[in-house]
Amino acid sequence: MIHKYKLGGMNIVLDVNSGGVHVVDELTYDLLDNVEPPFEDECPGAVVEKLERNYKKEDILSCYEEIKDLYRDKILFSPDEYEKFAKFATPSPIKAMCLLVAMDCNMRCTYCFAGQGDYCQGRKLMSFETGKKALDFLLINSGNRENLEVDFFGGEPLMNWNVVKQLVEYGRSKEEQFHKKFRFTVTTNGTLLTEDKMDFINREMSNVVLSIDGRKDVNDRMRLCANGKGSYDVIMDRYKQIVDKRGHKDYYVRGTYTRYNLDFAQDVMHLVDNGFKEVSVEPVVTDPSHDYALTERDIPKIFSEYENLAEMILQRNREGKHFNFFHFMLDLNQGPCAIKRLRGCGCGNEYVAVTPDAEIYPCHQFVGMKEYLMGNVDTGEFDQRMKKQFAGAHIYSKTDCKTCWARFYCSGGCNANNYEYMGDILTAHKISCEIEKKRLECAIMIQAAEAMEGRNEDYGPRPQMIR
Amino acid sequence: MKHVVTINKANLKQSVVKGGCGKCQASCQSACKTSCTVANQKCENSDR
Repeated sequence: MIHKYKLGGMNIVLDVNSGGVHVVDELTYDLLDNVEPPFEDECPGAVVEKLERNYKKEDILSCYEEIKDLYRDKILFSPDEYEKFAKFATPSPIKAMCLLVAMDCNMRCTYCFAGQGDYCQGRKLMSFETGKKALDFLLINSGNRENLEVDFFGGEPLMNWNVVKQLVEYGRSKEEQFHKKFRFTVTTNGTLLTEDKMDFINREMSNVVLSIDGRKDVNDRMRLCANGKGSYDVIMDRYKQIVDKRGHKDYYVRGTYTRYNLDFAQDVMHLVDNGFKEVSVEPVVTDPSHDYALTERDIPKIFSEYENLAEMILQRNREGKHFNFFHFMLDLNQGPCAIKRLRGCGCGNEYVAVTPDAEIYPCHQFVGMKEYLMGNVDTGEFDQRMKKQFAGAHIYSKTDCKTCWARFYCSGGCNANNYEYMGDILTAHKISCEIEKKRLECAIMIQAAEAMEGRNEDYGPRPQMIR
Repeated sequence: MKHVVTINKANLKQSVVKGGCGKCQASCQSACKTSCTVANQKCENSDR
């Protein structure tokens, strides 16, 4: 299977199953509409005749030879040989946990998927005892996995700061005994950040996610403090300070875009122009009945905005002012292995969320859905059957994914989004898929442009077509 | 090649040989929390 498209002034061909990315001339782009395996020795006469209107015969014939060579090298029309590995998609050790230390929030963001912090469960803080049991559950159920990820999440986790500190200390005290390494992270709205909290976070947390939507008016429209005012003025300087203090490493400023800011590339650039180099701005996940929800009619504008953003990134790269946009990050040579790519985020299998009531859910987005309650770290109950169901949620068990060109990049998408919008974790949500595919086309285009312009040494010396 | 430039190693198939070790990050933990891209995660297998 191949996927070909035009973007950034290039003709790009992705060989889906090998991961090969080719930049091709117009003739190849057109010829690929007319030929496919099995290849005859010579280009079929009817194809030559058809293309001769625009191209020279000798060029068509030589182009056909190149296509055959790439096919022989298994980097064009290569077969999908990965389904056999999906048969081994059995339950794995649990290696990551989202710890909802505060099902409470001091903000009232309009679009919050978590019911303004309490997941519609009533406002609660996690006790140290429950947090300890959650970490014990992870230590015991992580098998041979050495690195254990724990994200302090909410609500607003800094509302339960003492428990966060106690849990970090507790986790560290167990590392040697269990031969594990905790990677703590925190996702915060920033309003409660103080210098001592920043220092603790920068010492102990391997990543910090700082919520902000971009421009002041955009941020303050949706991200409201309990007093009804926007958070921008409270958080911006604090974010600059914490990022400075951690040497601009291992963090994301992370925003959400809605129908109100379909020009979200401006928000990305606003964050970049304020000195942040690690930026993620993502589509809102919400009930389609809300006026800020993204709908199919917004897709053309969303697509052109991602294209704008990709061009801006390339321009900044040319000026030596590189920054990272999370959803355009792609390593075409050393990315995750094909086996990892079969199954996505691993929620409900390698990844779980734990609430202040000690309840276990497949991930933070399932919290509060009683039909997806998996267990309890207090009683030790854990639904192995549900874990098996999530372990089997891979690209070959998801009907739409099996034939999609993007399957080895998004790996089946977000199971929670699928359930939220489609009522089934195995049925892809169309808008999420369309957005993801566009982001991938842009991400691949950026890599292709970097290679063609000779700026990325991973791709070797500047490649050229011999015209 | 006159018509095609291949920009990467196209090594997805080879990646299964030492793949599936599970050392890598859970895809949703790093930044997104609401939408999943796996291909932007790093491989952490030093033996690859």
